[in-house]
Amino acid sequence: MSFQMVSAAYIAASILFILSLGGLSNQESAQRGNLFGIAGMVLAIGATLMAYTPASLGMVLAVMAVGGATGSALASRVEMTAMPQLVAILHSFVGLAAVLVGFGSYLETSSQLSGAEKVVHEIEIYLGVLIGAVTFTGSVAAFGKLQELLSSKPLMLPGRHLINLAIGLVCIWLGIEFVSAPTLQDGMTPLLIMTALALIFGLHMVLAIGGADMPVVISMLNSYSGWAAAATGFMLANDLLIVTGALVGSSGAILSYIMCRAMNRRFLSVILGGFGTGGGSSSMPTIEGEAVPVTAEETAQLLADAKQVVIVPGYGMAVAHAQHPVSELVKKLKSLGVEARFAIHPVAGRMPGHMNVLLAEARVPYDIVLEMDEINEDFPETDVVLVIGANDIVNPAAQEVPESPIAGMPVLEVWKAKTTIVLKRSMATGYAGVDNPLFYKENTRMLFGDAKSSITDVLAGL
Amino acid sequence: MIIGIPRERAPGEKRVALAPTAISAAQKLGFTLQVETGAGSAAGFLDADYIESGAEIVDSHEALWGSSDIVVKIRAPIFDANNSNDEASLLREGQTLISLIAPGQNPQMLEAFANRGVTTMAMDAVPRISRAQKLDTLSSMANVAGYRAVVEAANHFGRFFTGQVTAAGKVPPAKVLVIGAGVAGLAAIGAAAAMGAIVRSFDTRPEVKEQVESMGAEFLMLEFDEEGSGEGGYAKVMSEEFIAAEMALFAEQARDVDIIITTALIPGRPAPKLITADTARLMRSGSVIVDLAAEQGGNCELTQPGQAVVDSGITIIGFTDLASRMAAQSSTLFGNNVVHLLSDLSPNKDGKIHVDMEDEVIRGLTVVHGKTITWPPPAPKLSAAPPAAAAAEPVAVPATEPQERSSMGTFVGLALVVAAILGVGAVAPESFMGHFTVFVLAIFVGWQVIWNVTPALHTPLMSVTNAISGIIVIGALVQMDSASSMVLILAAVALFVASINIFGGFWVTQRMLRMFRKDL
Repeated sequence: MSFQMVSAAYIAASILFILSLGGLSNQESAQRGNLFGIAGMVLAIGATLMAYTPASLGMVLAVMAVGGATGSALASRVEMTAMPQLVAILHSFVGLAAVLVGFGSYLETSSQLSGAEKVVHEIEIYLGVLIGAVTFTGSVAAFGKLQELLSSKPLMLPGRHLINLAIGLVCIWLGIEFVSAPTLQDGMTPLLIMTALALIFGLHMVLAIGGADMPVVISMLNSYSGWAAAATGFMLANDLLIVTGALVGSSGAILSYIMCRAMNRRFLSVILGGFGTGGGSSSMPTIEGEAVPVTAEETAQLLADAKQVVIVPGYGMAVAHAQHPVSELVKKLKSLGVEARFAIHPVAGRMPGHMNVLLAEARVPYDIVLEMDEINEDFPETDVVLVIGANDIVNPAAQEVPESPIAGMPVLEVWKAKTTIVLKRSMATGYAGVDNPLFYKENTRMLFGDAKSSITDVLAGL
Repeated sequence: MIIGIPRERAPGEKRVALAPTAISAAQKLGFTLQVETGAGSAAGFLDADYIESGAEIVDSHEALWGSSDIVVKIRAPIFDANNSNDEASLLREGQTLISLIAPGQNPQMLEAFANRGVTTMAMDAVPRISRAQKLDTLSSMANVAGYRAVVEAANHFGRFFTGQVTAAGKVPPAKVLVIGAGVAGLAAIGAAAAMGAIVRSFDTRPEVKEQVESMGAEFLMLEFDEEGSGEGGYAKVMSEEFIAAEMALFAEQARDVDIIITTALIPGRPAPKLITADTARLMRSGSVIVDLAAEQGGNCELTQPGQAVVDSGITIIGFTDLASRMAAQSSTLFGNNVVHLLSDLSPNKDGKIHVDMEDEVIRGLTVVHGKTITWPPPAPKLSAAPPAAAAAEPVAVPATEPQERSSMGTFVGLALVVAAILGVGAVAPESFMGHFTVFVLAIFVGWQVIWNVTPALHTPLMSVTNAISGIIVIGALVQMDSASSMVLILAAVALFVASINIFGGFWVTQRMLRMFRKDL
């Protein structure tokens, strides 16, 4: 296969990838979009194999088959509630691959470059390995936090900003050493040290970020994995990799931006980490009032008497695996003539769109699953709001208490409804560590207990 | 401990302190319940209902008072030694009494209780703080009275509340003015609006406007700069000019409306006279005034407490027993309030009460503790409406900041990007610039495409971008040709992990997308 043909195939693959992302603009075209993506991948790999037919084609296919089988097994077994973990670990693979390809490319001595081209090539390798390494350990740390192998509390090392700054400066210096190294062996040392530092940096960066900021972290790592692929593309002078990496990189960047906006936080302050650990809460006005508990039967009665019901799911629903009983509940309410809808906050759960996926899994039709902006003004006409395992995203302090750490964050205004029922295991605060005045409002009732069994009890009462 | 529920002896009192539903709730707290025979009959609860809920029926008044550790009733005990209904003589040391007391008006009663060592909890002295709302019998009773006021008005009003267009002609809707939007006022607004009337409401406290409107009434504003909120969420006495303006408003409204319901009370004072005889007579014949403040002298000059009178064709209802007229409902609510109090008094649910004078709520409603009079309590710390609400307005402003970023900022940003690209162009070799062009354009394409992705599909977006970033496999494939075994090994591992990514990513995306479906 000629070089021109490969280029043509790569152009086609790029277009298919763009169409794949474009297909996700709505649910109807989304499946087709995914198929475009698969087609693009098959085309790209096929063309590459034909053009560079490696001597060990059998081994290549065998490795890919084993890897593919592993991936497929992971993907078909994973529970929808564990989706954030899967995405995180997949990010780490891209990072790892970028590091390996970067080293491979450096060790590969067959092509001889010189002058500015050599410098540029080495900078590309250096950046590719750096971004790849950060993505790799950052994603592994995110996976650990999501899988609850690591504490979701932010890790606060003394002088952590200084540590990061020092690592950054040393990496720049090592980069200069690397590029100016006369021989391969001389360059290897700074590259290896930098890789180690980047691995530490990635780990440290994500460990310092709290559990509630996970949607931002996941999006950010998504973006990094894209930039890692793009950097690899530069080092191999491969436009397909560059295009794909740039697409993925900007996608992750946009998601990070959307998530930060939904939390009213600056990207930098999320990355610097340590949210919810500062003082602040001491200066908060204490909340006057008492949370009034309610039983499952009373909840069932309230729901049966309502005309408009809105359900606000949060991470608690995912933890309790309550999406199936919730879906049953909605069906039951519909048969009783009660209009039930869902309100999804952009950062509900641990990754962008997490709640939508869980509800879709439980066969909730997506046309009753609404975004915050679509439904927020409907709350005053709503009879009953069920808040299932959500906390910070329904906290009125964001609007009412200017000194609150979450002040200004857009929230679902559930307290404007006639009655709000909060399903919760205890009175504990959310990840932001902020007390929630919602629980003490006059029209709020607390239904304590595991979300899944509570919903099952309510269903039985209907 | 044994809780006793006597039959109410006051004439015309139909309520009972605990309804059968509250009996079982109190039992769950560990108490033993006994009820005087016939205690609930006026409210429609039979002895058999009480037995079914687990209470014992006691035949005589004396036996009930004699054997109960805690007596719960509606009205304060009757002090009348010459009367067979006397309850004061039945009280004994160490007993606890829970009832309405009106401690401010009955100092000698408090003294009598203290002399006998009867710990007394006044259900009408519950502090006005949000934590205590579940105990607040005044609110419960006001709610019932407000509803009943509308029922009484409808009973004496000769027309429909709701407007109708019928074959026999058009019926205009009734217009109702509710003065005072406290608990009773809001309940009246809700009931009247639900019956189809046009409801307006006036209150000296402007902050209740939202509540009034939420119940379906129009809030009448007085163009006047005076705040009517007093201590503890109640209204206060207003200035003379204000009252004059208010009177003019009422006179104007009286000509227009069919029904006026007044609920204006100021704590510890006679009810303000808001509807003068002249104002009342401005109303059309057949109109109705319901005066919920009749017991405190009435808001209307024509009100006769306890009666319904007709003056110039206008019915003025001054019943003071509106809550008792809905005995089943008021008894249920009163009982629930008492059960909430019992559960606060008995935190361990062991059927024993513990009067914790450190607790603001318990302290407030305990008017006699042992042999000491503990009325009045120290002032409550917080107003019912938190002052923080006032500060809520400016908070919304900073949230809009990002949208308001000037076009100047965008321009500067753009200029920096262009400068950066030019900077790269100045130093980079030619081969690099070709790839760089592709890179920058791809970022722009990505930026445009991704913004169109619906937020509901953000998770599939991440998994599919994950899969396609497995394209890094190309890098590994190219290196699989290498002569160096080291490179080969690295490439093989990269190939392996990238393959996991490609297959895993596409597979899981497909799995997720299959689940999204429209309503069937």
